[in-house]
Amino acid sequence: MFPDTVKAILEGLNKGDFSSEEITTELLARANRHQPDFNAFITLDEEGALAAARQADEARRSGQAGQLLGLPFAHKDLFCTQGLRTTCASRMLESFVPPYESTVAARFRQAGAVCIGKTNMDEFAMGSSNENSHFGAVRNPWNTEYVPGGSSGGSAAAVAGGLVPAATGSDTGGSIRQPAAFCGISGLKPTYGRVSRLGMIAYASSLDQGGPMAHTVEDLAILLGVMAGLDEADSTSAEEAVPDYSAALEQPVKGMKIGLPREIFEAGKVGQTEPAIQAAIESLKSLGAEFVDISLPHIDLSVPAYYVIAPAECSTNLSRFDGVRYGHRCDNPKDLEDLYARSRAEGFGEEVKRRILVGTYALSAGYYDAYYRKAQQIRRLIKQDFAGAFQAVDAILSPVTPGSAFRIGEKTADPVQMYLEDIYTVPVSLAGLPSLAIPAGLLNGLPVGLQLTANYFRESTLMQLGHQFQLHTNWHQQRPSTSGRPD
Amino acid sequence: MPLKPEDLATVATLAKLDIPANQTERLRQDIEQILTFVEQMNAQDTADIKPLGSPLERPQRLRADQVTETDQREALQSVTRHTEQGLYLVPKVIE
Repeated sequence: MFPDTVKAILEGLNKGDFSSEEITTELLARANRHQPDFNAFITLDEEGALAAARQADEARRSGQAGQLLGLPFAHKDLFCTQGLRTTCASRMLESFVPPYESTVAARFRQAGAVCIGKTNMDEFAMGSSNENSHFGAVRNPWNTEYVPGGSSGGSAAAVAGGLVPAATGSDTGGSIRQPAAFCGISGLKPTYGRVSRLGMIAYASSLDQGGPMAHTVEDLAILLGVMAGLDEADSTSAEEAVPDYSAALEQPVKGMKIGLPREIFEAGKVGQTEPAIQAAIESLKSLGAEFVDISLPHIDLSVPAYYVIAPAECSTNLSRFDGVRYGHRCDNPKDLEDLYARSRAEGFGEEVKRRILVGTYALSAGYYDAYYRKAQQIRRLIKQDFAGAFQAVDAILSPVTPGSAFRIGEKTADPVQMYLEDIYTVPVSLAGLPSLAIPAGLLNGLPVGLQLTANYFRESTLMQLGHQFQLHTNWHQQRPSTSGRPD
Repeated sequence: MPLKPEDLATVATLAKLDIPANQTERLRQDIEQILTFVEQMNAQDTADIKPLGSPLERPQRLRADQVTETDQREALQSVTRHTEQGLYLVPKVIE
C-alpha cells in the first residue's frame, strides 16, 4: 500500500520504504486498469516512466538530491514533452511528437519527477466538462456518470482516482479550479506570469497559466516551488523571486481578513453550495480569520467579457494550425486555401470551431470596438474592482462553481449554459490573480470546492489559508469509492 | 444581434474554416446565441476606460541583441512528412 500524497511519497522514498520503480509500476498498473472507467489519460509512457524511475532510484542510492526525485506524476496533454506525443486532445495534433520540451516539463524532469503519461482534457483547453476531447469524455471518479469538470479534467480525475499523487493543469478561465472542485482535490492557478508558458500550447495568451493539482495544499506548495520562476524564453514570465511556499504553510490565520463579495453572497448566488461554503467560513472564523463585506461591482460582466477575449485570442493563436508545418493535413488539397480550410475543419472539434468563429467575428473590421475593445475595457473595470477590494482584505472567498459536478451530456446542447459554469472563476482570470480551489464539502455525494483568491504574487497567502483550513477539516482526505487504490 | 448565413460564411472564410452545409445552421444559431449573450456588456458605460490587454501591464522584458537560437530546422521539420530540401511543401500557388 503506497501513500497518495506528494509529501508522504517523497518521505517514503527518502526512508527507503519503497522505490520509485515500485510505486511507478503500481501507478501504471492502476492507470491501465482504470482507463476504461475514467478515461483520464491520452498517452501512458510506461517505458519512459520506468526508465526515469530506475534512474531516480539510482540517483538516490548515489546520494543525489532532487526536490521531486522519484515522484510519479502526470502532465496535462498541452505541456510539450520532447519525444512524447502531445495532442491537446485534438485530432489536429493526434500524432504530434514535440521536438522540444516545455519549461514546466523541463523543471519537473530536472527535479527528478517521473512522468507516467499525459492526461486527457478539453480540446485545446476549451471547455468546462472535459466532454470536448477527441479522445472521449473523462469521467468523474466520484460517480462515473458525472463530468470531472474541465478543461484539466483528466488531471483532476487521475489524482482523485488515485492514479497519480499530482498532475499539472492549466487555467485560462477556471480550468484548474473547476475540475479540482468537481473531483474533490486541491488546485492552484498561480498569478499570471508566475509559471512559464513556454511550450504550453496556447489558447488565450493573456489568460493562460499553468499550475499544480494534488490532494493537499501542502503538496501544491512543493509543486509550485518547482514550477514557478522566471523563464527568459517567455516574455510574460514574471521576475518576482520565488518564495519558500512550504514555509508559509505553518503561519497562523488569526487576524487575516477575508472578503466576501456581496455580489455573490448578498445576491443569493452561492446556490446549492451554500451549506458547504458557510461551514468553511465558520471553520476559518474559528481559526481567527475575520470576514469583511466587499464589493466587486462588475463581476457579472466577467463571463460575457471573457467569452469575447478568450475566443479572440484563441482565433489568433490557433491560426498557426494551417496543415503545413505540423498537425493534421487534409488529403488531396486542390489549392492552398483548400489545404488550410479543410485541414482546420477536419482537425478541430465543434467547440474549438465555435470559439475560433466568435473570436474572428469579434476581431473583424466593424466589430472590433463593439466586442473586443469593449471586453478589454470591462476587463480593466474588473481588475480595478479587485484592486479596491485588496486594499482592505488579504484574500477573497467564494464558491468555485454554482453547484457540484453535473451529468455527462447535461449541458452539451447549450454552449452559453456551459459558459456560466465559469461565473466565479473567470473574474479572477481576467484580473490575472492567484486563486486556490480546495475541497470543502459534499453535495449529493459529489465534492464541492471553496475558492480563495489573493493579490498578485501572494500565492503564499493562499497556501497559508488553505493549509490551515486543511489542518482543521478532512474534506481533502475523502476519496471516491471507485478510486484506483488496491481493492 | 442576428447573424445572417452570409455573415457566418464571411467569418468562416476569414477564419479559414470549411463548414459543411449540414452544419451551417446549427453553427449559425450557436454563434448568434453566444454573441447575444456577450452583448450584455453594452449595459456598462465604458466611455473613458482604457482597454486592458494583459493583466500585469508590465513592459516587455528586453534581452541583449545577440543570436541565441541555433539552427533546428531538421528537428522542427521532423514533425511533418511534407518537406523537401528543407522547404515545406504546399499545393502549387503560382501558375
